[in-house]
Amino acid sequence: MEIIKRGEIVTSSWQHLTDDQALPEGKVDVTVTLSRFVEQQSALAAYGGRVGVRLRPGDELEPVLSQLQNLPLIAVEFPKFTDGRGYSLARLLRDRHEYRGELRAVGNVLRDQLFYMHRCGFDAFELQEGKSVSDALDAFAEFSVRYQAGADDPRPLFRRRAASA
Amino acid sequence: MYQYDAHDQQIVEERAAQFRGQVQRRLEGSITEDEFKPLRLQNGLYMQLHAYMLRVAIPYGLLSSTQMRKLAHIARKYDKGYGHFSTRQNIQFNWPKLADVPTILDELAEVQMHAIQTSGNCIRNTTSDHYAGIAPDEIEDPRPYCELIRQWSTFHPEFAFLPRKFKIAVTGTPDNDRAAVRFHDIGIRIVDNEAGERGFEILVGGGLGRTPHIAKVCREYLPYEDLLSYLEAILRVYNRYGRRDNKYKARIKILVSELGIDEFRSQVEAEWEQIREGALKLVREEIDRVRHHFEPAKYRELPERDLSVLGQSLGGDPGLRHFVRNNVERHRQPGYCAVMISLKARARPPGDASDTQMDAIADIADEFSLGRIVVTHTQNLVLPDVEQARLTELYARLAEHELATANAGLLTDSICCPGLDFCNLANARSIPVALEIGERFDKLDYLADVGEVSLKISGCINACGHHHVGNIGLLGIDKLDEEAYQLVLGGAPGNDASIGKIIGRAFSRDQVVDAIETVLQVYLGNRQGEDERFIDYYRRVGQAPFKEALYGDHKKG
Repeated sequence: MEIIKRGEIVTSSWQHLTDDQALPEGKVDVTVTLSRFVEQQSALAAYGGRVGVRLRPGDELEPVLSQLQNLPLIAVEFPKFTDGRGYSLARLLRDRHEYRGELRAVGNVLRDQLFYMHRCGFDAFELQEGKSVSDALDAFAEFSVRYQAGADDPRPLFRRRAASA
Repeated sequence: MYQYDAHDQQIVEERAAQFRGQVQRRLEGSITEDEFKPLRLQNGLYMQLHAYMLRVAIPYGLLSSTQMRKLAHIARKYDKGYGHFSTRQNIQFNWPKLADVPTILDELAEVQMHAIQTSGNCIRNTTSDHYAGIAPDEIEDPRPYCELIRQWSTFHPEFAFLPRKFKIAVTGTPDNDRAAVRFHDIGIRIVDNEAGERGFEILVGGGLGRTPHIAKVCREYLPYEDLLSYLEAILRVYNRYGRRDNKYKARIKILVSELGIDEFRSQVEAEWEQIREGALKLVREEIDRVRHHFEPAKYRELPERDLSVLGQSLGGDPGLRHFVRNNVERHRQPGYCAVMISLKARARPPGDASDTQMDAIADIADEFSLGRIVVTHTQNLVLPDVEQARLTELYARLAEHELATANAGLLTDSICCPGLDFCNLANARSIPVALEIGERFDKLDYLADVGEVSLKISGCINACGHHHVGNIGLLGIDKLDEEAYQLVLGGAPGNDASIGKIIGRAFSRDQVVDAIETVLQVYLGNRQGEDERFIDYYRRVGQAPFKEALYGDHKKG
């Protein structure tokens, strides 16, 4: 499927497995839920493809922290775009735990939230099915000024103002 | 006034452009109404009973005359010639067309205004004391901190989809809270610690609505430089753990009460420890920079006059005497005073002003009040910088526009939600009750005799009319398909915060104003002298005499 990654439209082959879906044959890249990731560590370690973790909004991060820097991808689910918990997860992963791999928003992901998601540290976006990926690219340039620090600037505007005064 | 710099201006212009695109996509059908709803809400556009309502932000209630003229223009051009000043120091327009709203936002941006985050499940307009910056009892002007909070919260990327709306209020007068900080999601009191260092007391979990709560102390003393990091810690805990399964249990007050304040506090403090030394730490230069963006008022050196004597010396006009006594407040600058413009004239919906009145207020503010106006949470306006010597002249000018009603702080200065006339949540009408009360009790001498009392009317349990904190509150309910009103007594929003209690069986629309008259008679007939205010009397005697008078004998219920 086509996704937005680091500002460009690319094709992604990651498969998001549900808990009752068996690991595929071959070397397809997959994400699994946090509980499966914790419970099936040895099976996943033996798997031929890459394995990422898929977080639900209410998940705690502690179970993945020890392996964070080895993870190629963390997907954060937005079951509804109005559920804002995923934004906090993204900031904690990036700012507190210094996760540097791909952080992907999945689920009910819509153009008008991409700006905020990007600022919280998401760098990849699987849009809700049926939404135009190319239209959504415009969302990142709607604001040229930001008051807060974010993934795109480590300093809040008040620091930058103080520096330029 | 806070003067925008190029960054602030750029943001409001880009926001208007963004919303124009969103409306366009909505009208084309490329986004659904469900997807559009939070976008329009976060631009202040709310669907009421008959039409869209646009709520424009007035940060901490402060307006310039230029901004007021723009609001008058919007009321005239895009609405039906009036606007409604709200309990959150904002203004609401009741009849804009969706297609006009992007243009209205462009027009607002021209005068450094916007409708950002005035609705929706996000951090709303930060409110404050309507006498901020001029009150003699204030220890520091809270508005620079409000403005810092406004900037921190505007488009905060992490907190745009909270479990529910989130309201913050700040007072710089810890001994006399006029901003109802104990009834906000976060209430901030500027205080000094024992070493005399300036900082904040942080209250959390207050609110009205279905389940009223008085805020609890989250932190007794927070150094000033940690304000934003501490707010961020509270918001992060709330965003992650606030309930999302039931919108009526989604406010932070429920989280605080379910966890208990001690557990809530320890979660916030643990989060805060991780971020307090980060980028949000305020530097003194930034606070000073924001303060400098508030143009200082250019006061003249004038002799101070005794306002209590002034009122009596004005001779023949009893209206003017009442006006000086009720609507004029002391000012910290000698020779100046603050004047409350009551938007509770007889036969006008509380808080409403017409376009011509708004234009007149702008002109009067230029002539008498250094071009500034403040919106109060009591749905009135304040002229904050009036020379005491010009009160007579000002009174006459206000009277020409029906803006000199001398009832500030009195019974008919009621707070009232839009009610069933406008709102699809309401069970009962509010405005007609307020109007009938205004008619029944229109004698200034009687109102003066009753003295300081607050009447607050909500058309449903969502409590937009703040009935829980009225000395006298009315709550509209639906009783067998008829409008009815529960009478609530004993609420207060300030330092002596209390939540009112329902007195008994509800009253029908026909009975409700009589019931209020009965309550007043009980008070007037039994108080210990004129100095005992209604709320003092109620606290002394409790509900019993009121119950007896309202329901006694056969009417018991």
